[in-house]
Amino acid sequence: MKTRRAFLLGTVALAMTAVFSGPATAQNTIKIGELNSYKNFPAFLEPYKKGWELALEEINKAGGVLGKKVEVISRDDNGTPGDAVRVAEELLSRESVSFLMGTFASHVGLAVSDFAKQRKTLFIAAEPLTDQIVWNKGNHYTFRLRPSTYMQVAMLVPEAAKLNKKRWAIVYPNYEYGQSATAGFKKLLSAKQPGVEFIAEQAPALGKIEAGAVVQALIDAKPDAIFSSLFGGDLQKFVREGNQRGLFKDRPVFNLLAGEPEYLDPLKDETPAGWYVTGYPWEQINTPEHQKFLAAYRTKWNDYPRLGSVVGYATMMTAFEAIKKAGSTDTEKMIAAMKGLQMDSPLGKFSYRALDHQSTMGAYVGRLAQKDGKGMMVDWKYADGAGFLPSDAEVKALRPAE
Amino acid sequence: MSLSAIFVQLLNGLASASSLFLVAAGLSLIFGVTRIVNFAHGSLYMLGVYTAYSLVKTFGGGILGFWGAVLAAGLIVGVFGALVERLLLRRLYRAPELLQLLATFALVLIIRDFALWAWGPEDLLGPRAPGLDGAVGIAGRRVPEYDLLLIALGPVVLGLLWLLLTRTRWGTLVRAATEDREMAGALGVNQSWLFTSVFALGAFLAGLGGAIQIPREPAVLTMDLSILADVFVVVVVGGMGSIPGAFLAAVIIGVLKAMCIGIGNVSAFGIDFSFSKLTLVVEFIVMAVVLVIRPWGLLGRSQGIPRGAASVEPPLHLPSPALLKGFAAALLALALLPLVSDRYTLVLLTDILVFALFAVSLHFIMGPAGMHSFGHAAYFGLGAYAAALLFKHALPMELALLLAPFAAGLGALAFGWFCVRLSGVYLAMLTLAFAQIAWSVVYQWDAFTGGSNGLVGVWPAQWLAGKTAFYYLALALCAGGILILWRILYSPFGYALRAGRDSPLRADAIGIDVRRQQWLGFALAGLFAGLAGAVYAFSKGSISPDSLSIPRSVDGLVMVLMGGIQTLTGAVAGAAVFTWLQDTISRQTEFWRALLGGIILFLVLVFPQGIAGFLRERWEARAGGSKG
Repeated sequence: MKTRRAFLLGTVALAMTAVFSGPATAQNTIKIGELNSYKNFPAFLEPYKKGWELALEEINKAGGVLGKKVEVISRDDNGTPGDAVRVAEELLSRESVSFLMGTFASHVGLAVSDFAKQRKTLFIAAEPLTDQIVWNKGNHYTFRLRPSTYMQVAMLVPEAAKLNKKRWAIVYPNYEYGQSATAGFKKLLSAKQPGVEFIAEQAPALGKIEAGAVVQALIDAKPDAIFSSLFGGDLQKFVREGNQRGLFKDRPVFNLLAGEPEYLDPLKDETPAGWYVTGYPWEQINTPEHQKFLAAYRTKWNDYPRLGSVVGYATMMTAFEAIKKAGSTDTEKMIAAMKGLQMDSPLGKFSYRALDHQSTMGAYVGRLAQKDGKGMMVDWKYADGAGFLPSDAEVKALRPAE
Repeated sequence: MSLSAIFVQLLNGLASASSLFLVAAGLSLIFGVTRIVNFAHGSLYMLGVYTAYSLVKTFGGGILGFWGAVLAAGLIVGVFGALVERLLLRRLYRAPELLQLLATFALVLIIRDFALWAWGPEDLLGPRAPGLDGAVGIAGRRVPEYDLLLIALGPVVLGLLWLLLTRTRWGTLVRAATEDREMAGALGVNQSWLFTSVFALGAFLAGLGGAIQIPREPAVLTMDLSILADVFVVVVVGGMGSIPGAFLAAVIIGVLKAMCIGIGNVSAFGIDFSFSKLTLVVEFIVMAVVLVIRPWGLLGRSQGIPRGAASVEPPLHLPSPALLKGFAAALLALALLPLVSDRYTLVLLTDILVFALFAVSLHFIMGPAGMHSFGHAAYFGLGAYAAALLFKHALPMELALLLAPFAAGLGALAFGWFCVRLSGVYLAMLTLAFAQIAWSVVYQWDAFTGGSNGLVGVWPAQWLAGKTAFYYLALALCAGGILILWRILYSPFGYALRAGRDSPLRADAIGIDVRRQQWLGFALAGLFAGLAGAVYAFSKGSISPDSLSIPRSVDGLVMVLMGGIQTLTGAVAGAAVFTWLQDTISRQTEFWRALLGGIILFLVLVFPQGIAGFLRERWEARAGGSKG
């Protein structure tokens, strides 16, 4: 009885809160909803948050947009699609945000993207790498900033084909990102280099690689070269075991993402020299736009930027430019503005394709080296994302009709 | 694989087994003596890794510095464990069963946020072990020297523990308490001191098991939960409380994983099979097989029923007319709510209703039927996936929603047949094994279930698309499901279930087929968890494998325990409070997990009988007082 009464009281209280804490209608701010798995992937997302906070500060210092200040309401989505959809609903209906941005993991990104479609709301996916979010499961309301798994693979393939190695071994974390990277690599390399063989595949569970056994199995397969999409703790374990057991001796290795400071810096004196990677050599990029970003970031945070910082910064700036170009926060107007939107970013100019809503932001492709016990990228160049996408016809065939 | 390759993979497996064994031995000791299911054991391991990393940096990388740091890290974690036992768990020994589990779950949340705060978000890769940083040639391959040391370390620790347990007075007392702790207490053994020292030793082993990993493994913030499941598997496969069993199990699992990796991809009869992918779930398959064949693990023995650990559960009374009126009023309030509330309140309440049904279905088997389940999310997830898949294969949404629970019920019928043959923690772990196997199938079967990304576009039919309409649907189905489950408990079947829990022998003697009743109870609970899952899928528009993962199962446990396992309404109260807390707190602070853990600890200490249990006690005390 008491329980029920308490529950009843609670329900009434909840209802009252709901009635009286309705959205504070502030006329002079534009509210943007941001959600991400801050607690699940802090290594990437803490710098990401610092990145968008810096951009937000710059935007508001310069007077905001459309004569209004910009406010970001940020939420933790707990790393699950179910919670993310609930949080997104809260942002839209209780906080009355104009649109959504953020997300990290692919499954969360896809769930929020589908939610955005259902709710007819713009969603700028910051980080999810899955190809599906703009292709097979793409929709009218979703745009994606980061170069996708496919694009990053395509950036490494030309170098891989040049080496003309016949027998390849592949290692990848056993979930969608690793699977797509592997499938993409096999397809693209086979097209460029007929007769190439993929002789061994290891698919350890994400975060749980038995590195010694995996390295041993790869050595026993005697490949000429290795393609890997490991990252984080898995990558570190793999590298240490590989170094100790001599897996990388005289064997070229290609590893997606391994040049990103988030994943490279912990390697320190284990950094395997000569690996072909995609990444972000922040300390060596001398373009004026990057120097400006670097200085501002260091002043504000007293820390150096990671790739996450750039992603956060560019996501926020995308939101800003889109509102500016649309001249309003109306969803359809903003979508129209996002199609073909030209962006300046710390990494240079890029645009959002009208065709599939993918940005053409690129990544740095280079090789790993060690200096003073720290890892770094050398011989790197910026690979513009626009050059590493499939033909328009292929993309059209993949994307569901609107 | 050549013979030499097999040999080297064997070494790899043994090297991995050593650390696993140390951590598992600690868990096994703690469980044996205190009967605490220590969810924070993985967190102690993580603290060991982080502490050792920091100490190595402070002491310098010399041989003395390195080993000093490793040992000191173990000791620090051991002292921490002793403090946890004295300050926290001590207060809960007389509380209802499994409540310590809730307290240790709160510790998991707090320790993880503490590690983030103290060591930062970046992964920390420790140095190689000084003097052992190279590799030696074995069978034409290079094996790291440190691995050889680890291979030796496992048996050495096993030997030391064996000496400690069989050749010292303290060890004799530990064994006595593991056999029958009430008897040991009656014979004058100082239990308080014994419990603290055992917990300290267990924590020390966990910390040490972590510390010795630093040359092999970086310190990352997710390692607490990722090792926890493995350690439980090792302990259960070996037999709870058996140290040699834990060693044997660690070796079997370590070697099996290495062999799967060594075999790699195999083609036979035109079918490709990746043994490397099998590492996702191989330990759970081993556990399921072992438990089906040997219900107490490889070297474990049947446990005596613990006497007097907690007060005997009072029988369920029929709800009083006043209580029934209360139910009706609450339902009416929920039905009228959409008139005054905003859209988001309805969304949050829909979540609460779904989890309330999920928690009540879990309580149905845990409480009245006395079968603890650590894998109840399997049926939630099966229901959700069945709904999504039926819908995707062109069935109308309404039909998909109604058929989906039966898929979950069938799953529960199949898994339950094996589970009800066990009892206690073994039963709980078998449910976990089945849940993990189901999870891994969903996670891997891209073509059918969408793999790790799951399925999107699972939206309700047009007439239910509005949040209010869907809220009413959820209210009708979830409240209806809860009432049906409660009603069943007062049916002859429900009485038979409770009889089977309270006294299996007597129930059997009067002609109740206890196992059959339990089996049906298990299936029913699965059916209604499936209904909750199906409603959940359509409320979110998408479904992914984490709907049947371990964290979802643990959430269910937390809800039931928070609300109070000995009350019927507890699961509802727990689901409401937990879901609402999570939603509210995560907006308040960056360290919301620690805050949530703190609140749970507070609730555990103040209301050991659960929220609903506390309210009932107060009510009864008042009613009794007014009579007198």
